[in-house]
Amino acid sequence: MKYIDAEKVKNKMGTRLILNNILKSVFLLATLFGLIVLAVLIIRVLTEGISYIDLNFLTGKLSTNPDRAGIMGAILGTLWLMAVVVPVTMFLGIGTAIYNELYASKGRFQQIIQTNIANLAGVPSIVYGILGMTIFVRALDFGNIVLAGGLTMSLLILPIVIVSSQEAIRAVPQHFSEASYGLGATKWQTVKNIILPAALPGILTGTILALSRAIGETAPLVVLGIPALLLPFPGGIFDKFTVLPMQIYYWTIDSSLVDEYAYLASATIIVLLVMLFLLNSVAIIIRNKFQQRY
Amino acid sequence: MSLVIEKKGKDKQMNHNADRMNDTNKENNKVVFHTQDLNLWYNSTQALKSINLPIYEKKVTAIIGPSGCGKSTYLKTLNRMVELVQGVKTSGTITYRYKNILDRSFKVEELRTNVGMVFQKPNPFPKSIYENIAYGPKIHGIKNKKILDQIVEKSLRGAYIWDEVKDRLKENAYGLSGGQQQRLCIARCLAIEPDVILMDEPTSALDPKSTLKVEELIQELKKDYSIVIVTHNMQQAARISDYTAFLLNGELVEFSDTNTLFSTPKDKRTEDYITGRFG
Repeated sequence: MKYIDAEKVKNKMGTRLILNNILKSVFLLATLFGLIVLAVLIIRVLTEGISYIDLNFLTGKLSTNPDRAGIMGAILGTLWLMAVVVPVTMFLGIGTAIYNELYASKGRFQQIIQTNIANLAGVPSIVYGILGMTIFVRALDFGNIVLAGGLTMSLLILPIVIVSSQEAIRAVPQHFSEASYGLGATKWQTVKNIILPAALPGILTGTILALSRAIGETAPLVVLGIPALLLPFPGGIFDKFTVLPMQIYYWTIDSSLVDEYAYLASATIIVLLVMLFLLNSVAIIIRNKFQQRY
Repeated sequence: MSLVIEKKGKDKQMNHNADRMNDTNKENNKVVFHTQDLNLWYNSTQALKSINLPIYEKKVTAIIGPSGCGKSTYLKTLNRMVELVQGVKTSGTITYRYKNILDRSFKVEELRTNVGMVFQKPNPFPKSIYENIAYGPKIHGIKNKKILDQIVEKSLRGAYIWDEVKDRLKENAYGLSGGQQQRLCIARCLAIEPDVILMDEPTSALDPKSTLKVEELIQELKKDYSIVIVTHNMQQAARISDYTAFLLNGELVEFSDTNTLFSTPKDKRTEDYITGRFG
């Protein structure tokens, strides 16, 4: 006796195929929704802002007069912020990942740390702003300077860097490190010569993606009290500063007072997007360059 | 019977054991590794049960047995790679050149410089052929480019792969075929100038032709090195080894010279296994 009735299979074939096609369309719609909204955003920003971008806008000082306003201060502020965030997150993030993956003995304590790091990645950014405000601005009395902002941003993206670096390290095949230990290498020699080079593309990709989040993040800096209107350019990590997304934020709320601020905000968004785009391209180039074959 | 004792007068106890368990050995062989009453646990599971076994100098010792009998575990205990697994506990002693390697104070890095290892799956580093070989000498502090060049050539020649790779030393090792990769791994192991080479089923991932090449290589290598090879292939053990140990469920059932073990096994279980009645 056969368990599968050919007649029934035949009868049901039609509905199965229809369902198959319907779902294909549903998933396509889901994809299109995101794409279209994104396209609308980019087109609107471009048409509104592109005419405001010129050399004066890119290199000029901030001004209440829309025609004279420039964003050099915000660009420099963003760059200085990165000058703090990049070394701090790379050192702390990759260091933590190496310790957790390669040195820590796997036990309950390590599991608790793991879970907490994963949870920290989900904490709202404004909470990190409050933390940075309490520790760096008030308790350590830095004031709202680049260093305070950078350290706060580092805390914010640290969990992401740690988790992605750990994943990159975990993805390095075990037999590489076994081969190294088998030749009498110490743990550090194995980490430095075998594991890190193999994990580097993954680590850098994760880190750079996290950095682009830090570049675009606004909420924590609002809490830190980064000024709305700042005339002098920041010249180092101990100076007061503002960043591109803050500039966008203030121009957007003030557009109810001066209409043209909305266009300035759009122009600034374009600059920010270009910076993010460049950063992501660097990530891809680095990943392809260091990709090892195995 | 008393040959081993005459060899090295010191450490009577150890040699006594060597003697006791190796009364079939008529030749004058030096013991490189001596395992005495070795027990090993993975957490609460006992994987090795009071193993007593000598490894002779410049001989090929094969370790055979069905899957899960502990043969790979035993091999990895000889260079303490087994410690990479969490929750491993051992008791008993393994002496290497008269020093107990299971002693906490014995440095694994030093041990592994003398006891090289070749793994089941070819595992070159994702680096150039040259860098693969130079890695070992480099971590042991050799920086001179000329000396490194010499080591690389000597090691590749030693593994009979020099002619195949000499024009592509800068190329990625993963461009080589599986069999070439495995011989490259053997060359990498030779580059640290070991005393003993441990091989963990080195041909199980290779095709018959590459297997033959590796087996021929092992015959050449035993002139200069002591070799311990784990294999699930009994024909291979019979073909290439001088001594064979049969492990079953973590116990050493029988150890003798390969001819004796395969022609006139003493234990019924050995006979059943080599005649293919189980395993």
